[in-house]
Amino acid sequence: MSLLHLAIISPFLLAIFIPILFKVFRRVHTGWFVLTLPVLLFSYFLSFISITSAQQTVTKSFAWIPSLGIDFTVKVDGLALLFALLITGIGSLVVLYSVYYLQKDKEQLNNFYVYLLLFMGAMLGVVLSDNLIVLYTFWEFTSFSSFLLIGYWYKREKSRYGAKKSMLITVFGGLSMLGGIILLYVMTGTFSISAIIQQSNELFTNHLFIPAMLCILLGAFTKSAQFPFHIWLPDAMEAPTPVSAYLHSATMVKAGIYLVARMSPVFAETALWVWLVAGVGIVTLFWGSFSAVKQTDLKGILAFSTISQLGMIMTLLGIGGAALHLDSINNSYYMVATVAAVFHLINHATFKGALFMVVGIVDHETGTRDIRKLGGLMPFMPITFTVAIIGTFSMAGLPPFNGFLSKEMFFTAMVRVLSMDILNMETIGILFPVIAWIASIFTFVYSMILVFKTFSGKFQPEKLKKKPHEAPIGMLIPPIVLASLVIAFGFFPNVLSNTIISPAVSAIMPDFAVDVHISFWHGFNTELYMTIGVIAIGFLLYKTYPKWREVYKIFPEKLSLNHLYDGALNKTEMVSRRITSSILTGSSRTYLLYLFIFFILILGSTLFIKDAFKFDTSNISNIHIAEVILAVGICIVAISILFVKSRLTSIILLGAVGYSVSLFFVIYRAPDLALTQLVIETISVALFLLCFYHLPKLKKREERISFKLTNALISVGVGALVILIGLSAHSNKLFDSIAHYYIENTYKEAAGKNMVNVILVDFRGLDTMFEITVLAIAAIGIFGLIKLRLKGGKKTENK
Amino acid sequence: MKTNDVILQTTTKIVLFIILIFSVFIFFTGHYTPGGGFIGGLLTSGAIVLLLLAFDLKTVKKILPFNFLHMIATGLLFSIGTGAGALIFNVPFLTHAFTHIDIPILGDLSLHTATIFDLGVFLVVVGVTMTIIQTIGGDE
Repeated sequence: MSLLHLAIISPFLLAIFIPILFKVFRRVHTGWFVLTLPVLLFSYFLSFISITSAQQTVTKSFAWIPSLGIDFTVKVDGLALLFALLITGIGSLVVLYSVYYLQKDKEQLNNFYVYLLLFMGAMLGVVLSDNLIVLYTFWEFTSFSSFLLIGYWYKREKSRYGAKKSMLITVFGGLSMLGGIILLYVMTGTFSISAIIQQSNELFTNHLFIPAMLCILLGAFTKSAQFPFHIWLPDAMEAPTPVSAYLHSATMVKAGIYLVARMSPVFAETALWVWLVAGVGIVTLFWGSFSAVKQTDLKGILAFSTISQLGMIMTLLGIGGAALHLDSINNSYYMVATVAAVFHLINHATFKGALFMVVGIVDHETGTRDIRKLGGLMPFMPITFTVAIIGTFSMAGLPPFNGFLSKEMFFTAMVRVLSMDILNMETIGILFPVIAWIASIFTFVYSMILVFKTFSGKFQPEKLKKKPHEAPIGMLIPPIVLASLVIAFGFFPNVLSNTIISPAVSAIMPDFAVDVHISFWHGFNTELYMTIGVIAIGFLLYKTYPKWREVYKIFPEKLSLNHLYDGALNKTEMVSRRITSSILTGSSRTYLLYLFIFFILILGSTLFIKDAFKFDTSNISNIHIAEVILAVGICIVAISILFVKSRLTSIILLGAVGYSVSLFFVIYRAPDLALTQLVIETISVALFLLCFYHLPKLKKREERISFKLTNALISVGVGALVILIGLSAHSNKLFDSIAHYYIENTYKEAAGKNMVNVILVDFRGLDTMFEITVLAIAAIGIFGLIKLRLKGGKKTENK
Repeated sequence: MKTNDVILQTTTKIVLFIILIFSVFIFFTGHYTPGGGFIGGLLTSGAIVLLLLAFDLKTVKKILPFNFLHMIATGLLFSIGTGAGALIFNVPFLTHAFTHIDIPILGDLSLHTATIFDLGVFLVVVGVTMTIIQTIGGDE
């Protein structure tokens, strides 16, 4: 276990102590304890820059389940480092911000920070692990920690709705990704990403290649909120604003981007990849920016803006992947797209993080996020306004901020699409720059709406819940830091080019030499004219917005994706409720009936279809008279249970059967089993006596003859089948007995003489661990069913 | 059943300790002779069940003021912790270690991490049976 592993696990470790810290240090805001961790991790990861900028990587491996090829391998390369820095860097700022945003006396801070730390660790695990199964594990961890974070204010119905929606969509994608991972394993025989990339040249002739690609892309698209899976992201805005700033702008939603970038060397050699990634990306870019304009909630605007920007990065990665596909033209011609993708990723994290925090401040200090109520806040919050201006102008792609540079590169990449010669790029390819340009106009419009509708215009104090004033300094520092980065990267973009961007790009495109140089002024060319056009038309549209707002009403609400989602969910719930209520009648007899009928049908038919029944008497040992007596005794007792009238007697008789069976264990010299059986029998009889003592006495019930007959038939069937299976299990010896392995190794490997116990705690320790976990869950379940029902009952009585 | 079970109660008072000591013995000898955490735990809960039968729930709660849910949690923590502890020493999850030490009077003694794992099993088993019996038995 190396320091790198520890860095990934440390958030989880800290999360264990958060509830304790929260209880012990009531006076201190728990956030302060949490803050130290991302700051430490950030400085730790900074130390890797010198390694990755020399195009080196660090790999540390640690055996997890080596027999299945699952090792916890951590690999730091340019791409992973970029993400790790984003996660810990933005993480530190978000935690600092949250300290001021969430009041310690009103909020369940222990829960909040536990979820946040879980998320941080999971995210680090996703970007740093080189093993696909480990990556997937952490990936689902991000899904469910974000579920908890979105539903943090779980008393609000909208929070629960948003949390459920994000969970359903991202976990659906995650599962499909798992399918893709397994297909990749089938093709390559390894889970290691680096090893898969090395084999990528032979892969794309495999017939599983396309299904694997589609499955993995589905995972990436759902996570990164690409069209048409984007619908969860706006609803996820019900989370507290620090969470939105962190998860929904800087990190989690970028996991999909990360996956696409990471998998580019494997898949990008097919044209389908380029088409899918770039195509879905550009549709998302357009739809996100188009929908953002009609939003009236500040966070809603930002949510759609995030969707659109993620689409933009996705498009760039798709086009960048074409560099791997095309041999005809100079490949570095398309590398600009990948460079732009990485650069915009960084820029987006800075300006969108800052903007979310600004929105949080506005919400916190005025009590509303509705732009119809806001306006004229400039004199009240000058610092917030400055940050907002910087953030939005960068988002709109205006000079001199960093968003301008990456947007110019985006335009460059889009213009170069025209000279691409895959499939029918010549004809459809023209759409790419056109859509990109139109989407940029809408981006400009919503950026202007975001800042000017909030901070300029008429001040309407009567619509606000609070009297607006500037936020406390601690809440301002994080957005100020991010805004300064926006400016710094705008003026000195090359600070990043050799340290961060070029290592990341060479991780995405391993076979290409990259020389990243971002120039602030690139002369009068098509891209600049496109930008000028965006500003001119965008300004016009912004000014005339009330006149063309009606456009949004053309699409009826009934046709929207959200409506589709809700409808599908309702239908599913209705159908499953109907099915459940017709099957689950509440009578345990019915349930046993299902179980036994299926048992007889499936096992019985398999036994005879597969011709598995065999009766082999060749190696049967002699039968003693004692065994016969015992067996006959058991049969007599078991049958007599049927004719007993009292419950208690039948329990005791049942116990007698159990005790006699344990005698068999004694005869066959299995003292462990005998002991266990005896004790279990004693306790279960006592338990049943305890429960049944309170029940009323059995009455003579006259059942219909058909009812009795089915019961008898089924029980005889089950008994007969068990005997048949037992006999054929004895007669069919497919494998050598494993017993010899244990006999040989029990003392040698585990230094124990009791084989049963050694198997339980050592050889099959994992089984035992899960068994006791199941026991524990069962106990908690029973406890909950009985105790909580009582409590709930009392509550309703009080009402 | 509010009868005065003098014989049962007096016997229980003595037998209880015999069972408890036996269960501890069974627990520790598990690695070499029949026994182990599961059976040891069941025996202990058997002893407590006997106590419950002889007296009643309230008295037993007074004698053994444990929260059995916490006991389950502690047990799970022990078992999973032993497994995870192996990771620190760079060996796969749930690899056990053992050593022999010489102690005066007692002689050769072998120490196993498996015992800690088994202790976890013991605690969970006692906790689970007692939780189930207490909740069902205490339900009115």
